[in-house]
Amino acid sequence: MHEDLKNGILSLLSKGTRRDGRKPDQYRAVSVEYGVSKNAEGSARVKIGDTEVMAGVKMEVMKPYPDTPDAGSMMFNVELTPMSSPEFETGPPSIDAIEFARITDRGIRESKALDTKKLCIESGEKMWMVVVDICTLNDDGNLFDAIALAALAAMKDAVYPGYDGEVIDYKKKTDQKLPLSKTPVTVTVFKYGNHLLVDPTPDEMKVYDARLTVSVLDNGNICSMQKGGDSPITHEDLFKMIQMAIDRSQDLRKHL
Amino acid sequence: MAYTERNDGRKPDELRPIEAKAGVIKRADGSGWFKIGNTEAYAAVYGPREMFPRFRQNPEKGVLRCHYTMMPFSSAGDRVRPGPSRRSKEIALVTEKALLPVINLGDFSNAVVDVFIELPQTDAGTRCAGICAASIALADAGIPMTDLVCAVSAGRVDDMILLDLNYIEDSHENGVDTPMAMLHNTKQVSLLQMDGEISLDQLKQATELAKKACDEIYEVQKAALKKKFEVTENA
Repeated sequence: MHEDLKNGILSLLSKGTRRDGRKPDQYRAVSVEYGVSKNAEGSARVKIGDTEVMAGVKMEVMKPYPDTPDAGSMMFNVELTPMSSPEFETGPPSIDAIEFARITDRGIRESKALDTKKLCIESGEKMWMVVVDICTLNDDGNLFDAIALAALAAMKDAVYPGYDGEVIDYKKKTDQKLPLSKTPVTVTVFKYGNHLLVDPTPDEMKVYDARLTVSVLDNGNICSMQKGGDSPITHEDLFKMIQMAIDRSQDLRKHL
Repeated sequence: MAYTERNDGRKPDELRPIEAKAGVIKRADGSGWFKIGNTEAYAAVYGPREMFPRFRQNPEKGVLRCHYTMMPFSSAGDRVRPGPSRRSKEIALVTEKALLPVINLGDFSNAVVDVFIELPQTDAGTRCAGICAASIALADAGIPMTDLVCAVSAGRVDDMILLDLNYIEDSHENGVDTPMAMLHNTKQVSLLQMDGEISLDQLKQATELAKKACDEIYEVQKAALKKKFEVTENA
């Protein structure tokens, strides 16, 4: 369907460049801003080029799940607002929104960055549930990385609300931060023919063969992956893609 | 204890600080951002574009369709569950009616102009902030318009007649909140809601406050639009 577009992108990539002049492994300008929504327990705005997302943390007290009576929990939800792209519609979450949310969820949950044991208030009775909502403001490509970065940034910004053992006082903010010990950063690498790139624009998003989302820890280990796209990838490509994600994650982490 | 001084130190006829911008969402055909105190609204316009579902198409003129959403983390209390609620649907409806009088969609048969309002942070007055942002967004999108719509709430807490109630005033047990939208040039009212008991005389005072504030809001909206389309000499 987009054959000309794809051929154009491929021929530029074979010369080591892209339509906007970037190198294949180069991000657009990244910025992270904290405390952008006063009513949330924590919030952040992430911009990657003209892509802009906002994330907010709300905390609730709930009964722990029966299989983890001594642990709190977390939940991630992505709203692809119809405000942010002509392609997003109103209504229940699309499959894309669900995939974004689940990739973000696994990147942070499996890193064990959040000490859920410390979120338990009373074994089997009360726990903190950390709800992270990420809303898109403008989709100019690469929502994968922007959403995951915003979710983590909002969690870093979050403080517990006042709690007297019975009622949460959302107006009162404590100075106690969430028990967050690591910074898992998510990078998605896209494959076109034999070429790899990061941080695609909407045009580049339309025609990739395969993608790999990798969450990378501070020590260079990885903690979650997701392969997407219609084409399969070789083992050799797989490790090339992971390496590119690890390299780029170091740049992204600097913005947190 | 009667309410005799505003909790945020404002005079009775004083608006909270206002800021506005146009063209904040690049993917949209037009967009606006409006902040009043701690209430913040984004609005994006898409269209005129083909209307789906097709049975909603009007061959005589284009249709305006508004959507209102509070972001899940935007409220001072519990998380707002995503998805439409009775409240958000009603607000979308009255927003539509508030904007309709100034826009002319006569040339756009079978088309729709979608307005999406999103609130990242709220402290009362969200529908008015949404309308102010949407008005900027429609103008930014180049939709034929005869005027801008300005919206603000006025009301009463105990015996004080107040402009632009904040959340604490809005939720006061002896209070009345009257959100109003007006077409700037004629001061005709295109949105009016009210709940609570008020005398006719008090209501008159409240509407006068809103009328005056409308001019102030208009200047901020106009400045935001002018700024976006400003031509610098070096360009």
